Amino acid sequence: MKVSFPRMGTSYIAFKHLIEHLGHECVVPPAPSSKTLNLGVKYSPEFACIPFKVLTGTYIEALEMGADTLITSGGVGPCRAGLYGMLHQKILKNLGYDFEMLVFEPPLLYLVDFVTKLRKILKPAKISWRRFYKELKAAWQKLMVLDDVEILSHQIRPYELHKGSTTIAFNKCLALIDRADSPDEIARSKEECIEILNSVPQDKSRKPLRVGIIGEIYVVLEPFMNLEIEKTLGELGVSTHRSIYLTQWARNNTIINTEGGIRKAAYPYLKRMIGGHGINSLGETVLYAKNGFDGVVQIAPFTCIPEIVAKSILPRVSKDLNIPVLSLTIDEQTGKAGLQTRLEAFVDLLQQKRMMEENVYARFSGN
Amino acid sequence: MLGFLGIDVGSVSTNFVVIDAESNILVHLYLRTQGQPIRVLQEGMQLVKDSLPSTFTIAGVGTTGSGRILAGVMIGADVIKNEITAHAVATSFLVPEVQTILEIGGQDSKIIILRNGVVTDFAMNTVCAAGTGSFLDQQAARLNIPIENFGEIALRSKNPVRIAGRCTVFAESDMIHKQQMGHNVEDIIAGLCEALVRNYLNNIGKGKEILEPIAFQGGVAANLGIRAAFEKALNKKIIIPKYFNVMGAIGAAILAKEEVKNRKTTSFRGFAAAEQEYQASSFECTGCSNACEIINIQMNRSIIARWGSRCGKWEHV
Repeated sequence: MKVSFPRMGTSYIAFKHLIEHLGHECVVPPAPSSKTLNLGVKYSPEFACIPFKVLTGTYIEALEMGADTLITSGGVGPCRAGLYGMLHQKILKNLGYDFEMLVFEPPLLYLVDFVTKLRKILKPAKISWRRFYKELKAAWQKLMVLDDVEILSHQIRPYELHKGSTTIAFNKCLALIDRADSPDEIARSKEECIEILNSVPQDKSRKPLRVGIIGEIYVVLEPFMNLEIEKTLGELGVSTHRSIYLTQWARNNTIINTEGGIRKAAYPYLKRMIGGHGINSLGETVLYAKNGFDGVVQIAPFTCIPEIVAKSILPRVSKDLNIPVLSLTIDEQTGKAGLQTRLEAFVDLLQQKRMMEENVYARFSGN
Repeated sequence: MLGFLGIDVGSVSTNFVVIDAESNILVHLYLRTQGQPIRVLQEGMQLVKDSLPSTFTIAGVGTTGSGRILAGVMIGADVIKNEITAHAVATSFLVPEVQTILEIGGQDSKIIILRNGVVTDFAMNTVCAAGTGSFLDQQAARLNIPIENFGEIALRSKNPVRIAGRCTVFAESDMIHKQQMGHNVEDIIAGLCEALVRNYLNNIGKGKEILEPIAFQGGVAANLGIRAAFEKALNKKIIIPKYFNVMGAIGAAILAKEEVKNRKTTSFRGFAAAEQEYQASSFECTGCSNACEIINIQMNRSIIARWGSRCGKWEHV
């Protein structure tokens, strides 16, 4: 089988590892580009959200590269992303592509369906369940390393002496992690990456602003979609903390750990699930404010209902907890220049706010 | 004599301002960009040079607007600032204590909220390009009314027509419909102004606390009809700063003055820089699957700046 999947940020490196170790050929989907987007817009319903359109384009590119199986995730709840797998399948079949699409639903809700689909992948390559578990563990380890290294890069970037040097180091790290084959090698690649990133020349005397990034998962995770918000902010001297990582639920050392905590934090503002990451966006903003972050940036695809609901409640959260929030809506019309302007202005705003608060503090403390 | 130059390169207009050490405005120029920012920058620089005494020295330059990076590279800017900050800086200087800035330009509309002289919130049109200024221009041309008289005619209306203002495409078709029904021009123009203001307040101003003093600026502030519509909708007084259409450039000049105060030197290439031959070109990088579009800026056939790559490969010239 020649397997492909949606591309989201750096996760493709771990998925590639898993697919290859399960004895299949992996067609790594190309990074989304304007070509992907053009293809996606051409063959998607006009009012579908941008993640849908980019995935359409990605699938077409992967199928053109020879993929015969597409793996994607389903979803439950009111967000329409849960239906995307089926819709994509219909659109692509109508275009004449011959392939099989495996849409994985949450295993705890649809166990039989999950096992059936998994078997379709394991059986042709004669992989035992025990072997599958072993490979899955290694791929998960890789995903964790990828996320850890990326988090570190966002922390280092605002201190870099030469603009862009962190990004170059980070790209080196990705190649290194990609090459790591066994669990031991993966563990070693992590050490090496940390060393590479830490050796980026830095000015530790800076006091970067801290900004939390919230919003819909796809536009938050895929840098092509958010026009590289973390790099842009990092190079403006801002340390960013992203609310969503694929390996998130396995972490307990990040400030925002459990879904329960997020829901509890959002409760005063929104009491029920509205699908997607709507409730998360509110809860995470509350948590960022309580953890002393300087500001929050929300990224949402155009026409994304959960994020629109969150966006209309966010001004109240922002006012109550005194944390500036910038909402950015992304679709195929979004231009990088406009986004850059808004981010620069937002950083200026945060800088001024911090300076003013420091002055007030100085006045009252007699310094 | 020393002064500071501010340049605001927008989609519709390119503006130049020269201020002295006390931030008095010595020169202000409003030129149409006409899709040719490089040419209009060169023309503007020549005009600025001609209107200053020969003993005058430019001690610092700031650029802003959507063409700020290009202008900054060409002229040699000390500070390249986004237009939101530049507008806020200029308005707080010219309208002390200002708490709300309404700004409508050629393509962009924005609202800036200030408290105690500090920007606390802002919004800009996102998904739709808005283009209120360009739209008014176009409608004036269609009705065969000079754009300068557009606002005045609106003020004569006693009974504005309600026009659907979700976006200018709908506004235009609804407006044509109202014309065919026989409404007079004053009422239609006044209705159009109200529709645009309603749209602005519902989209850009939504959720914002609009407190006085309120400044209204950008090219569209010249339109008395829009100003009246704002006053009617908000039931508050609207101040139009004296240099309402070059505020971005004023802000850039003030920011340049502050920057140079700390740095003590300027990167200004001199007025001669405007006489060089500039060229912009682009190509698609094939280094990886990102397929970035790389922009080259050339001065006299040698590359002076390059941007657009995601990995940073091309940024070093």
